[in-house]
Amino acid sequence: MSSEQALSAPGIADAGGRPGGFPAAWLAGLPVGRLLLRAAALLACVAFWQAASVLKFDFGLVTFRYVPAPSDVIVAGWNLFQSPKLASHVVNSLIRVFSGFAAATLLGIVVGVLIGRSRRFEDTLLPPLEVLRPIPGVAWIPLAILMFPSSELSMVFITFMGAFFPILLNTVHGVEAVDRRLIASSRSLGAGRWSVLAEVVVPGALPSIVTGLAIGMGTSWFCLVTAEMIAGQYGIGYYTWESYTLQNYPDIVVGMLFIGAFGMASSGLIKLLGRVLMPWYRIQERHS
Amino acid sequence: MSIATQAQSGSKAGRIELRDIAIHLPGKVRFEAVRQVSTTIAAGEFVSIIGPSGCGKSTLLNAVAGYLQPSGGSLSVDGEPVGGPGPDRGMVFQHNSLLPWRSALDNVAFGLKMRGVARAERLERAREFLELVGLRGFADRYPAQLSGGMQQRVEIARVLINNPRVVLMDEPFGALDAQTRERMQQLLLDIWGRFRPTVLFVTHDIDEALILSDRVLVMTHRPGRIREEIVVDLPRPRPEDIIVSPEFIALKKRCLALVQDEVRQSLIGGLEAPRIELPVEA
Repeated sequence: MSSEQALSAPGIADAGGRPGGFPAAWLAGLPVGRLLLRAAALLACVAFWQAASVLKFDFGLVTFRYVPAPSDVIVAGWNLFQSPKLASHVVNSLIRVFSGFAAATLLGIVVGVLIGRSRRFEDTLLPPLEVLRPIPGVAWIPLAILMFPSSELSMVFITFMGAFFPILLNTVHGVEAVDRRLIASSRSLGAGRWSVLAEVVVPGALPSIVTGLAIGMGTSWFCLVTAEMIAGQYGIGYYTWESYTLQNYPDIVVGMLFIGAFGMASSGLIKLLGRVLMPWYRIQERHS
Repeated sequence: MSIATQAQSGSKAGRIELRDIAIHLPGKVRFEAVRQVSTTIAAGEFVSIIGPSGCGKSTLLNAVAGYLQPSGGSLSVDGEPVGGPGPDRGMVFQHNSLLPWRSALDNVAFGLKMRGVARAERLERAREFLELVGLRGFADRYPAQLSGGMQQRVEIARVLINNPRVVLMDEPFGALDAQTRERMQQLLLDIWGRFRPTVLFVTHDIDEALILSDRVLVMTHRPGRIREEIVVDLPRPRPEDIIVSPEFIALKKRCLALVQDEVRQSLIGGLEAPRIELPVEA
């Protein structure tokens, strides 16, 4: 709407649409031709993999000699599906990932808002966190075992460490990027300290926080195999690691694909949640 | 309180007193933005501030809003020293500062929410104020779904709903096209006539200042002082063709001469004014 003309006829909808109209077009965003091309590319990769492992390609540096073929993996995957243990593997892993992720969400957002809003917290909290940040999950295993009363908690701690930093850093970034004029004008409308936080800072940082959550969800799954090295019985990561020690090579790939699929699905869930929670964000992106 | 009663109550409050105001802004080098500004703005008066860009007009406005603390002098509204931002002094910026995640209606109702007014009541009143600024039927839109002029209408509505003594406007129509700007000026005059808040209006557009104001303060180049106060004794309501009347043109010539002289002097000084930003703590 380029002019004020519409004001003389209030109620006429413009091209912008209503905020309630939330289209599910993102699933079918691409034209059929490009979707087919993408599917064909995936198939080509699988076909190459099949050929490379059946014919035992050896490129010198990399060899497919011991790599299980997709056909073997499908059989192994089918066996896992038939197995009564599957549910336990999946449920245990889901609980570990989501507990770690939930704790990371809570702590990451709270600490992130504190750091983003206050120079004092930035100076006191950020330096130690920056030292801890580059330490990978696998390096935490011994300490995690020593620090926590149960191996279950140690595992949750490692998935927590995986998710915490992306959430924290994205929250800090989002809070610091909130338009200062929004804060200023809300104070001129009577908003106090807490209202500024609840009505302006957190909603303003939300797009960035959701990005952090989606990344954190991925990195939490990322750390699952590491975490479940400690496990004694169940978990997809445990299954993957155990398959290696038992030399069930196709099972390793099945475990890897499970983790990839679950990680992708739960990150997608977070992004979807973000879209539902922030209809205004997509509208704003479209109009700017 | 309905709009009608709020308009009638058009209080006699909103007298702004500035005494020897000096403002220094932090930066790589702390610099003097405003020097020794003294003036009194009567309750219900409409006063514009013009001057070369970077002269400290916006800085002065930000001080009255309470966003920054003057380094010297005293600043009070109805005898109460300004300590910080508050709903008695509404602020409208050049670009809308509406909450992007709230509908137009919720944005207008924001001030009442902060005061703890129950949801049903505040939405009903917000609806009245949206209607007042000609936005009936746009209540559910997000700010991004409104044109620039509509966004500023929402801004004005959400400031007015707080029944402010003072309305501060920092080039509020500066980003709008010429036709929209004229409509907005008329709307503002209409609203000011009904509610009679004190309006302090910063603009670089001399026509705009003269059409709207009772008095125009011309500021010097930086550090900004008040160079001259020009009383605009044109009758109200002012028709659109007033800008071609001899009286108007005479006033405009005076303003133009003053501003151009200041621009010239600032160029001789060779000082490129730094961009004014809101203080971090805001």
